[in-house]
Amino acid sequence: MRNFARIITLLLAVALCGAAFAQGAAPKATGSSLTIGLLMVGPYNDHGYSQAHFDGAQYAVKNVKGASLIYLDKVNPADRPGTTASQLAESLVAKGAKLVIFSSDDMSDEAVKFAKAHPDLFVIMASGDQVWKEGKIALNLPNMVNVMGRMEYGKMIAGVAAALTTQTGKIGYLGPLINDETRRLASSVYLGAKYAWVNYLKKDPSKLEFKVTWIGFWFNIPGVTSDPTQVADDFFNSGYDVVVSGIDTTEALTEATKLTGQGKKVFAIPYDYADAIKEGAGAALGVPYFNWGPAYANVFKSAMTGSWKSHFEWNGPDWKNINNPDTSAVGFNKGAALSKDASAGIDKFVAELAKGLRLWKGPLNLQDGSAYLKDGQAATDQQVWYLPQLLQGMQGQSVSK
Amino acid sequence: MRDSRPNRTLLQIGAIALALLFTTFVLLAAKAPPLAAYLNLGLGALGSWEVISNVLVSWVPLLLVTSGLLLTFTVGLWNIGIEGQITVGAIFSTWAFRLLLGSGMAPGLVILAAFLAGMLGGALWAMLAGALKTFGGVNEIFGGLGLNFVATALNLWLIFGPWKRPGVASMSGTVPFDPSLWLPTLNPQSRLSPIAVGIAVAAILVVYGMLRGTYFGLRLKAVGKNPRAAFLLGIPTWQYMMASFALCGLFAGLAGAVQVASVYHRLIPSISSGYGYMGLMVAMLVNYKAAIAAPVALFFAALNVGSIQLPIVLQLDSSLAGVLQGTLVLVVLLAQGARTRMLKKEGL
Repeated sequence: MRNFARIITLLLAVALCGAAFAQGAAPKATGSSLTIGLLMVGPYNDHGYSQAHFDGAQYAVKNVKGASLIYLDKVNPADRPGTTASQLAESLVAKGAKLVIFSSDDMSDEAVKFAKAHPDLFVIMASGDQVWKEGKIALNLPNMVNVMGRMEYGKMIAGVAAALTTQTGKIGYLGPLINDETRRLASSVYLGAKYAWVNYLKKDPSKLEFKVTWIGFWFNIPGVTSDPTQVADDFFNSGYDVVVSGIDTTEALTEATKLTGQGKKVFAIPYDYADAIKEGAGAALGVPYFNWGPAYANVFKSAMTGSWKSHFEWNGPDWKNINNPDTSAVGFNKGAALSKDASAGIDKFVAELAKGLRLWKGPLNLQDGSAYLKDGQAATDQQVWYLPQLLQGMQGQSVSK
Repeated sequence: MRDSRPNRTLLQIGAIALALLFTTFVLLAAKAPPLAAYLNLGLGALGSWEVISNVLVSWVPLLLVTSGLLLTFTVGLWNIGIEGQITVGAIFSTWAFRLLLGSGMAPGLVILAAFLAGMLGGALWAMLAGALKTFGGVNEIFGGLGLNFVATALNLWLIFGPWKRPGVASMSGTVPFDPSLWLPTLNPQSRLSPIAVGIAVAAILVVYGMLRGTYFGLRLKAVGKNPRAAFLLGIPTWQYMMASFALCGLFAGLAGAVQVASVYHRLIPSISSGYGYMGLMVAMLVNYKAAIAAPVALFFAALNVGSIQLPIVLQLDSSLAGVLQGTLVLVVLLAQGARTRMLKKEGL
């Protein structure tokens, strides 16, 4: 009997060891110094998605003692033929990087490959859901952290700005390609717009037109995507007087600025980068933007001190001040073309959000009429993240055909 | 001036020196230290076994594409559609992988099928450009460019539509294949596949032999030099053009298959990686001679990989490699033009 107990104990011990091994351990803390290697998909000064990461990482190394930054931009096979993101990450490691940030969805497979091949190095896969335990992928990678900002709020605010500005009741959304992320962002704009339309303007929701046109990619590829300038132009010429952009480049704003110069009353809302509104002050209502700095700083610290734990974080705005560079992951910069009334409406909306207003809440149907959220039911993070269709009331394609 | 070999070599060395000089001026204008830039470029390409193997990884598709282009250039065609042929090759090869993924077929056979499918796809796409030229009277440059766009659009549609991954359709491409279906590498850490290198070397040897020692090659040359005369001498001109398109597409498709099976292990949006356009540069630079295509392609691949160090170490834009490559091609073409004129003047 005693032997039996011994064997059981032994087996248990082995099983526990196995479990611990499978779970794996986080890489060793780096102590007082840490070199971070940042990979960006576009140019570091693109006034868009990549620059937001660049600025964020720079903010973080400035605020974390002992941290330093090296980086490589234009990480994509079109700009760097024959390279893979994991290979480029290794060239940053060769220069001393112990933590690598893969900052774009483009790189997610390579980030996983790299994390598996280098269990001794820290990896941040920004914008991804690879290690989200409640997500659909849920990989077990002890050296990876997912960081994302709750841009849904920024987009809702954009929707409010659009609804409070439009004279025609027609809002256009210039969408990139169709996937869960772009669907939920377009839908967030719609939810914000509808809310302001009904609750602030007291107008009939059926009189609000919201149309999404997808160009097919994050930026214009002549001959392949629809031309975003053309799409924006079509919107403006068919009665849509506000175009909200979901793509990485600023064509909608450029076009709106041009038409404003010709005396038309049209407006645009760009995306991603806090200063994007500077490129067309006369027509910009504002810009929802990412502020990656604070989250990066925290993750850097955890890699240095040893408190690193693989996790997924989806950070919202700081409701005390959504534009606080030290605390808010998502913000909204108001543009010069925003009217006083609309500006006040945005402040009111943000205050309501801060008090707990939830727009991702039932009753909400999907575009095809099927139920998405029951009356009073609040969407879970998973329901929002993996939104399968656009919402009822929105025009435009829900899936690529 | 005599058209002797030493003279020609001298001219080429002069051209390289001129290109370097120009690039140095660009560096100085950008307030960058030229010496440090070149040093880092060199170290980045040759500094360790790892970067050398990265250079070779990039060399394989470039050499495959260049091999194909030597054939179309020989017959006097500008196969700009090469990018699309790489892409369609990659699509076909991904298609084969997807079809055979769960079939229980031996991984080696699946990979082989994927390569064959890639070659077929590239060849078909190239023949489309050929058919447009032969039967539709569409210049191959415009036809090819158009087909490049169509191929890219098709690729994106597949990645975000029918072939999208479960969950979120991603810029990262289709679901990566199981590692058992990756083209084997030297060791698990390495990206370099000896088989891929072997294929590329075989390709350039085949093209070299074809152009140098076969009737087929001779006739291709005849068509390229003077299609009308060749036709009158009994060479079926359009069939030869078509054949060169098909062969070039086959090599391009093979490059696409290598990208899928050996480099990315999935289909990605920019799967052709610009190798087609780069191959055009290499082919022009070597004046359509197969014998020196391999080392020049290697040099270009080294510049690509080496230039990654510039932004990391010197915060310089790495398009410098592109500037150097482009200038090199321009200067050499200019030098060749000047030489031809001088020879003409002297009545040689």
